[in-house]
Amino acid sequence: MKSFLTGLGVFLIAAVGVAVWTVLPWQVLIALVIVLALWMYATRSGRQAASVTWVGVSTLGQRLGASSVIIIGIAGVVGVLVALLAMGEGLSTTLKATGDNDTAIVMRGGATSELSSGVSRDDYSLISQAPGVLKDAEGKPIASPELVVVANLPKKSTGTDANVEVRGVGAQAMALRPNQKIIAGRIFKPGLRELIVGKGAQAQFSGLDLDANLNLNNQQWTIVGVFASGDAHESELVGDIDTVSSAYRRGGYQSVTVRLTSPSALDEFKAALTSDPRMKVEAKTTLDYYTSQSASLTKTIRIVGITIAVIMAIGAIFGALNTMYAAVATRAREIATLRAIGFRGVPVVVSVLLETMLLALIGGALGAGLAWLLFNNYTVSTLGANFSQVVFKFNVSPELLWTGIKWALAIGFVGGLFPAMRAATVPVTTALRES
Amino acid sequence: MKYFHLIWAALFRRKTRTMLTLFSVMAAFLLFGLLDSVRVAFTGGGASVTGADRMNVTSRFSIIQGLPMSLASRIEAVPGVKVVTWSNWFGGYYQDKKNQMVNMAIGDNFFEVFPELILSPEQRKAFDETRTGAIVGEAMAKRYNWKVGDKIPIAGSIYTDKATGETSWTFDLVGIFRISDEKRRGGEQQLFFNWKYFDEANSFGAGEAGWYTFKLAEGAKPDEVAKKIDALSANSDHETKTQTEAAFAQSFVKQIGDIGLIVGAIMMAVFFTLLLLTGNTMAQAVRERTSELATLKTIGFSDRSVLGLVFGEAVLLILFGGLLGLGLAAVLMPGISKGSGGMLQLPPIGASTWMIGIAAMVLIGFLVGVLPALRAMRLKIVDALAGR
Repeated sequence: MKSFLTGLGVFLIAAVGVAVWTVLPWQVLIALVIVLALWMYATRSGRQAASVTWVGVSTLGQRLGASSVIIIGIAGVVGVLVALLAMGEGLSTTLKATGDNDTAIVMRGGATSELSSGVSRDDYSLISQAPGVLKDAEGKPIASPELVVVANLPKKSTGTDANVEVRGVGAQAMALRPNQKIIAGRIFKPGLRELIVGKGAQAQFSGLDLDANLNLNNQQWTIVGVFASGDAHESELVGDIDTVSSAYRRGGYQSVTVRLTSPSALDEFKAALTSDPRMKVEAKTTLDYYTSQSASLTKTIRIVGITIAVIMAIGAIFGALNTMYAAVATRAREIATLRAIGFRGVPVVVSVLLETMLLALIGGALGAGLAWLLFNNYTVSTLGANFSQVVFKFNVSPELLWTGIKWALAIGFVGGLFPAMRAATVPVTTALRES
Repeated sequence: MKYFHLIWAALFRRKTRTMLTLFSVMAAFLLFGLLDSVRVAFTGGGASVTGADRMNVTSRFSIIQGLPMSLASRIEAVPGVKVVTWSNWFGGYYQDKKNQMVNMAIGDNFFEVFPELILSPEQRKAFDETRTGAIVGEAMAKRYNWKVGDKIPIAGSIYTDKATGETSWTFDLVGIFRISDEKRRGGEQQLFFNWKYFDEANSFGAGEAGWYTFKLAEGAKPDEVAKKIDALSANSDHETKTQTEAAFAQSFVKQIGDIGLIVGAIMMAVFFTLLLLTGNTMAQAVRERTSELATLKTIGFSDRSVLGLVFGEAVLLILFGGLLGLGLAAVLMPGISKGSGGMLQLPPIGASTWMIGIAAMVLIGFLVGVLPALRAMRLKIVDALAGR
């Protein structure tokens, strides 16, 4: 009963410790390592711990099979965790990069996406004349009326139809999105059925090569250029607003994007729009708009990823416990001998913990490294806010790699703690008699 | 089977080790259970019987293009078509932008084409007679605490109401429908209202259906019927694409992402790790028992029965842990569906998941057992007893 309660107590403390651990920044880890090294170097029990650890680590080779269970088990957990989080991170990075604080998007009040919005031609002229909108050298406001329609095109990977966004933009669109660069061909000419295609869309859908003819709504369009922007617009086909809206028989627009004179001009711009009784529209920065689009999906991916990783981590902890109990058992006599000649409990506990965490670190590095090798910049697409494909890349960031290593060390810590306690508390006489 | 108690005793020779391994196996199969039902939910694996005889007619050009009303009677006239209905996507949200909903305007014959929707005759009558009437699924009614008689404002739709010039529409809740098939319970997260009201009141233009859905007549071939229907509008500005409901749903899921591939990759990583972990345990168990196994052989156990004993132990260990894990997943599943506030409707763990799971357990058991079992079989009594 007493040992059970002690075990439970240790378990609770370990659980709290791990919870605190997961939020620690990396500087704290460095500090911990330095403190540990100083302790090992400067104090008597520290030196004892160092020498016991050395014995354990140098005999790891003889327990290769069992040790690899810890390494591979933890590599699996960390690999899956990092890959799943990198997917969410990639999506939110791409969408966040699409917007900024200098441009604002105006949609009908209450609309959650461009597809569910509508802005009339009269609204457009009112919006572009509103205060806070930057004017170009010729004194024309930098604003673009836009319309998004969805077309069916076959996807390269599956061969089945998927939705692609076709965006009609005004003449000032390039001034609004300076990161959109033509990398092949030329820009479309207003009035002609010409489109430029994003690099991402070109990679995901078939039939979008330069100079190819494309059938949209039973009309022939020509692809005259390819652009790169590194954001969500790369998943789109872009053409002239009037050509697109006449081809799809639309009377009005869906949204208006404007460049603000400065980020602080948003309030003035917004106030001018809401006070105008002639229209019911809402303005927000494009950063706001695109961030909110990724929020729920990123959150879902995060929850799913962490749930899966927690279940896997529990399995890996049991595996590590198993291995370390066996390791401690095979070295029971040796550890008992050390204690018989005067080594204290703490160095023994520390040495077993350090050994497990070293294996965990190797496993974590392996898992994170594999995730980085296999998935960094891996391109996929999913259904975005406008019912159409958003192309994005997995983003295995250094922060995620660090998260993976932290998880690995936490698993190693819990997996090593109980066997370490067993090694340090088994009565010396019992341990010496064990075969 | 007569050696069962022997295998059992061997398994619990080292309780800690067996328990720890068991928990690892449990964790792996718990994950398998959860992930596989997500896969089933998304890919409709083992598509249920309802819906197999339904087809969708959509615009070939784009999901956002409507189809003219005149097509309804022409589709109905195609041989092999039993009954036709149509719907329009309405969308929008309730109170908060986070509460995005599946709202649809539904046309004539809807309940004949979708017999799985259970609505009492009185409520059905009320729905037909109330111009602004709407019905919702039981799960959705619970989620927002609605009851019959409530007025439900839906905002943020694509469509504006001609009369008010607003995008906010108000419906009168006249009925709550249920879906008996658990696998399709997700369908209760929908709101339906009368297409006639939608058609009259929206300012976009009248006489357009979003898409048609029809029931096939008995014995009709889906492919042939689809071809005939698509031929009706060939070379017009509203060309159609006709496919079975299952294929239509599939094409949507494929757009979200390759869920099957992601789940498969994760499970490969999990099972590979498990293989290594339990393989190591079994190898340890046999190594420790070398002299015991040799004793068994000395008293007359054949090489083959020793092989069988070790195999039995491995398979039993994995089966035991695996079934516990899958069972746990089955228990947790309804809780997860409930905990998500109706956002996620995961089907309970189906027969196919159990079958795949058990097959995986036996396979992993064999793979794990093969090396230790061979080692046990090849033991030479003299060497083993001498500890060589």
